[in-house]
Amino acid sequence: MIAYRIRGHPVPVPEQAPPPQGGPEYEARLAEFEARIARGEKIEPTDWMPEEYRQQLIRMISQHAHSEIVGMLPEGKWIPHAPTLRRKLILIAKVQDEGGHGQLLYRAAETLGISREEMIEALLAGKAKYSVVFNYPTPTWADVAAIGLLIDGAAVVNQLMLAQGSYGPYARAMKRICYEESFHIKQGYDAFVALATGTPAQRQMMQEAVNRWWYPALMLFGPSDRDSVHTPMLLRWRIKTKTNDQLRQEFVDQYAPMVLRLGLTIPDPNLRYDPETGHWHFSEPDWEEFWRVIRGDGPCNAERMAARRRAHEEGRWVREALAAKAAQQTNGERNGRHAVAGL
Amino acid sequence: MADTQWPVYEVFLQEKRGDPHVHVGAVHAPDPEMALILAKEQFARRGRCASLWVVPAAAIYASQAEEAEELFASALEKEYREPRGFRVTERVRRWMERHGQSLPEAE
Repeated sequence: MIAYRIRGHPVPVPEQAPPPQGGPEYEARLAEFEARIARGEKIEPTDWMPEEYRQQLIRMISQHAHSEIVGMLPEGKWIPHAPTLRRKLILIAKVQDEGGHGQLLYRAAETLGISREEMIEALLAGKAKYSVVFNYPTPTWADVAAIGLLIDGAAVVNQLMLAQGSYGPYARAMKRICYEESFHIKQGYDAFVALATGTPAQRQMMQEAVNRWWYPALMLFGPSDRDSVHTPMLLRWRIKTKTNDQLRQEFVDQYAPMVLRLGLTIPDPNLRYDPETGHWHFSEPDWEEFWRVIRGDGPCNAERMAARRRAHEEGRWVREALAAKAAQQTNGERNGRHAVAGL
Repeated sequence: MADTQWPVYEVFLQEKRGDPHVHVGAVHAPDPEMALILAKEQFARRGRCASLWVVPAAAIYASQAEEAEELFASALEKEYREPRGFRVTERVRRWMERHGQSLPEAE
């Protein structure tokens, strides 16, 4: 058995080098791989997989991880200003979860041969993509409530689908994450309802936040199926099991009534329920704006990156102290209490 | 040296005493003590946890997926390793029928 090391962790590799693409051997392996997916089996890190499958997963999982890390910022800003101690504790727990989700996802991506360090460096260098929605501002407390309900709601619709995906480590991370996200939606809904059922000024504040977050929530699912170059391959290999537009429809069907029920409005003149199909008609987001924000020209892209880099620099002394302690212990006596599991 | 990589520790969590420790994921940490702290933060923030293990990922020596089919296939002639490989109840029933044997009345 062979294992080689990428910066400190062993990455299992198939015993034979992957056969050259296009040959009969490649075709045979591809057929076996696709048959496994068709049977509903998961692909594990040590299984043979086509290079495009590996690359698509690295792209998706790393972007997902970056989104969790950057996603801590718009809400984290409100921790010192939360309206009550209870809301502050809830928000701290939620933002901590997001940091944890980022780490789970970085680890899932690492099973495909990229290192966490490479991904973190790419994010800090401004080369990595993350969800466009986190480049929008959170000027009021109601934005935190709107994110909790609409953005986390949209994220869960997407992630429940991803939990059915074909790559084992990603699907397992999604299951864990969805479990915690259900708390995020509930706390968001709770904060949302508190404002929506409050004073006229509170209702007004909630309405304005819905106006700001409705279209970003729709953007969370990515470009329209018309423009999504990756979708056919992602569906073929069950990296995704539904298209962006299918998920967007699912989200609107589920969440539009939750907003409307409270007497708030959704900033879409075309929004209406179709009793024949059982679905809601809605307007697509402004795709020009979507691509502009992805390319880096959104309201908060620069602010988010600056905050991320500052946090990384301000944490440097902690990382150095931990490394120094680890080095010291290697030479000296290690704390015996935790050294063995009692076996 | 870049300071964000660190070795990987695989994390095993026991939900309650008497349960097995089950693999739940991994953390990056400079040493086992820190790995345990991070594992607690990452995997025991909510829900039950009675005990955590952290194991250096580099210490795990695994079977190859390529060989799994061959390695772990349960050959037909090895049914004797499992309870379903025995038909003893059937044999007792047939013997009792042949010999007119019945059970003594329960007292």
